[in-house]
Amino acid sequence: MSRPGSRTADTKKVSGELFSLTYGALVAQIVKDYQSVEDVNKQLEKMGYNIGVRIIEDFLARTKEGKCTDFRDTAEKVQMGFKMFINVSPTITSWTSASDEFSLIFESNPLAEFVELPDNYSHLKYSNILCGAIRGALEMVHLEVAAWFAQDNLKGDNVTELRVKFIRKIEDTVPAGDD
Amino acid sequence: LILLDSLLQEMTIYNLYLFDRDGTLLFYHEWIRTKYTSMSKGEEAKLLYGMLFSLKSFCAKLSPADMKTGFMSYKTSIYRLSLYETASSLKFVVNTDNESSQQEIRDLMCSLYSNVYVEFAIKSPMSVPGEMVTSNLFRTKVDQFIKSSSLYKNTE
Repeated sequence: MSRPGSRTADTKKVSGELFSLTYGALVAQIVKDYQSVEDVNKQLEKMGYNIGVRIIEDFLARTKEGKCTDFRDTAEKVQMGFKMFINVSPTITSWTSASDEFSLIFESNPLAEFVELPDNYSHLKYSNILCGAIRGALEMVHLEVAAWFAQDNLKGDNVTELRVKFIRKIEDTVPAGDD
Repeated sequence: LILLDSLLQEMTIYNLYLFDRDGTLLFYHEWIRTKYTSMSKGEEAKLLYGMLFSLKSFCAKLSPADMKTGFMSYKTSIYRLSLYETASSLKFVVNTDNESSQQEIRDLMCSLYSNVYVEFAIKSPMSVPGEMVTSNLFRTKVDQFIKSSSLYKNTE
């Protein structure tokens, strides 16, 4: 049913290098603008969140996915999202026994390709924008989650590990009654 | 196929409502509407959303087995109201005449979502989530999209 030629998104690709350098410039600017590293981390998360709440619509529209059956299903969709938007395929591992928490392992992180953290910024969560994006996107599909980096390549770990934890299911808002 | 074509000629689309997950009316547009309710647009939208909300939960409760999509449309002697809901709980509500099939309308709404809403509302830096879409470009695109669809036929 879709009209031919109306979808241009797939042909609009940018080079990975340009992408990581742009992100680097962005982080550098935020670091300049805010006093504490904590605030920078928060800002990055917030920006990611705002991206997430929008990007989810693009994801749904392109994949024509419906509701997830369980959280494992969700994990696969998140993985798909990473492939679709920043062309990396993280592996899903480390499920908790209750299936409410998983890890995404990134062999490489396109955001941090040319990055070295200076010593005084060792608490900077450089790629925190990703955590925010996951939280924002999943919130739009009725899932409240927490996302954080458990391991980070930039901090000397072997891999970058992003942990996602299910918190609760968000119910549809009941319309405000005016009798 | 010729028979199908001649059938399609008769069809039309009356109006469209778009709600977000909180029941806020994000967008309204009408093509052919000769009769109005005595309420304001806002009231009408609220009532409609409330009705859909109740209908949805009622349908789910009565369902003899677990269902995925739930309520999709109702049909009257004059028009059919269809609801297309995305996984992010955006609700596209469209009133059409009785000729179009449920599947055709769903396909149309699905494509309206991915080709118009996502492209011109979500991707617009000016749009604020949870607020009415005021972009004229979006309105124009919706209008063009509906008018160029095979379901639309102005019967004036």
